[in-house]
Amino acid sequence: MGMTVSQKILAAHAGKEFVAPGELINCKLDVVLGNDVTAPVAIAEFEKLGINQVFDQEKIVLVPDHFTPNKDIKSAEQSKIMRDFARQLGIKHYFEIGCMGIEHCLLPEQGLVLPGDLIIGADSHTCTYGALGAFATGVGSTDMAAGMATGEAWFKVPESIKFIYYGEMPRWLSGKDLILHTIGDIGVDGARYMSMEFTGEVISKLSMDNRFTMANMAIEAGGKNGIIAADDITRDYVEQRAKRPYTVYQSDPDAEYFEIREYDVSKMEPVIAFPHLPENTRPVSQATAVNLDQVVIGSCTNGRLEDLEIAASLLKGKKVHPEIRLLIFPGTQQIYLDALRRGYIETFIEAGAVVSTPTCGPCLGGHMGILAKGEKALATTNRNFVGRMGHPESEVYLASPAVAAASAIKGRITAPWEV
Amino acid sequence: MKFTGKVHKFGADVDTDVIIPARYLTTFDPVELAKHCMEDADADFPNKVKTGDIIVADKNFGCGSSREHAPIAIKGAGVSCVIARSFARIFYRNAINTGLPILECDAAIDAINNGDEVEVDLDLGQVRNLRTGEVFEAAPFPPFMQKIMAKGGLINYIKDQR
Repeated sequence: MGMTVSQKILAAHAGKEFVAPGELINCKLDVVLGNDVTAPVAIAEFEKLGINQVFDQEKIVLVPDHFTPNKDIKSAEQSKIMRDFARQLGIKHYFEIGCMGIEHCLLPEQGLVLPGDLIIGADSHTCTYGALGAFATGVGSTDMAAGMATGEAWFKVPESIKFIYYGEMPRWLSGKDLILHTIGDIGVDGARYMSMEFTGEVISKLSMDNRFTMANMAIEAGGKNGIIAADDITRDYVEQRAKRPYTVYQSDPDAEYFEIREYDVSKMEPVIAFPHLPENTRPVSQATAVNLDQVVIGSCTNGRLEDLEIAASLLKGKKVHPEIRLLIFPGTQQIYLDALRRGYIETFIEAGAVVSTPTCGPCLGGHMGILAKGEKALATTNRNFVGRMGHPESEVYLASPAVAAASAIKGRITAPWEV
Repeated sequence: MKFTGKVHKFGADVDTDVIIPARYLTTFDPVELAKHCMEDADADFPNKVKTGDIIVADKNFGCGSSREHAPIAIKGAGVSCVIARSFARIFYRNAINTGLPILECDAAIDAINNGDEVEVDLDLGQVRNLRTGEVFEAAPFPPFMQKIMAKGGLINYIKDQR
């Protein structure tokens, strides 16, 4: 029997020829990731082990991105725990503000995660790196602590669902719309414990930035990982960045799937996820009656250069609606600089937007754009749970950067072709 | 291990932002986190929850973020056990790793009401509704996970292995 790409990566890291779904295995890790919220908890657990060195100083990545630049004294203390730990234990990949980015934009950009890798991160959106053909999954702080100490983690080999996207991509459709449509179809636990494998002619033509967006939201369907087998587009992205060898895996033709689902994208519209679950999806044309207070463009889901490019193309020469606060978060310092050089930042500021240093900020209701009671935001982020961006009686609508830019201009949820 | 406690019942897809909102993640002190546990679902929960109480919820409990602050907050609030129709995978892992007792018990969910007294026998994997006398069998944990739980979490388990 053949294996899926996810099975192959897990088997290789468990030192086995074959692994079957349901099997419990112990695997060697290529990267262990943490941030300013999860790493301090992991460091406290790590210290309980009574050791003073990590398994490999080059395979741990620490990124202060959630409440940074430090929003208050408590978050400053959290960041300091991580910074001190990084210095004392000689962690090579610690990214101070000024060099950092939102972790899931930063690691691929820096070539720290590569095809065929096995990665755990104490952040649920670690699944983003599946876009590179890696097996990447979110874990808690204790798993991170164990990973830092041993370089290993236990896994239950997941079953896989194969998603095949075919047809011609309509002009305004993006990876965000494909993944929101998929979550709307299968539900927020539709892929619980499973691997989501994205395939088909549409995916094979999709840019890396759009692929990252899709893999990023696998967790919103309950997925253990989202994965797109590496191809020429992946190789083009990785070639200039990789500083170590990597392995490209493909699913076997006779690999077994729990389920195969097919979507014709030709007649799809941009998708909006209504409060308070990412599965509450509607086509944009059925969502245009919702008036907004705030629009957020950015995050580990949609803070990459292509996302900013499409937003800038819609905002060029236009003004943000007077009753809208538009906040834009480039994903990394490099993305910020590229956007600046291409004139996008000027476009945003002239339109009346706020442009911020990279931070997770408002996506999780941390800082930099919190909602008051009763306020409504449309965001290119990944979650619209109760209280996610602020007051428990505020609302978040999820959408693509194109819909977000158009909505910021009109002051209500708007299809990109309306502006 | 056996627990008896009063049930606080919640619906489906209780996410980690509801269990402990991100605005409180500037600390991982269990006492501090417990003050805000479940407050976006039930603002009064931190006041009314008593040591030993049990959370019963529908499918996909703990979906969303990987924050271990979620099981820490629940434990900090004194909750002895969470019974759900199903758990999101990171929360499931975190509960085992940190020693928060959890049980997947499909049949029990509809037969337990808010406020019921429930007895949980973790070793037998049984849930007994003391109001009705009904007994429900929970899905057993794989032996490997039982070993981690018996050690009180992953860190102790690893210490033993070294």
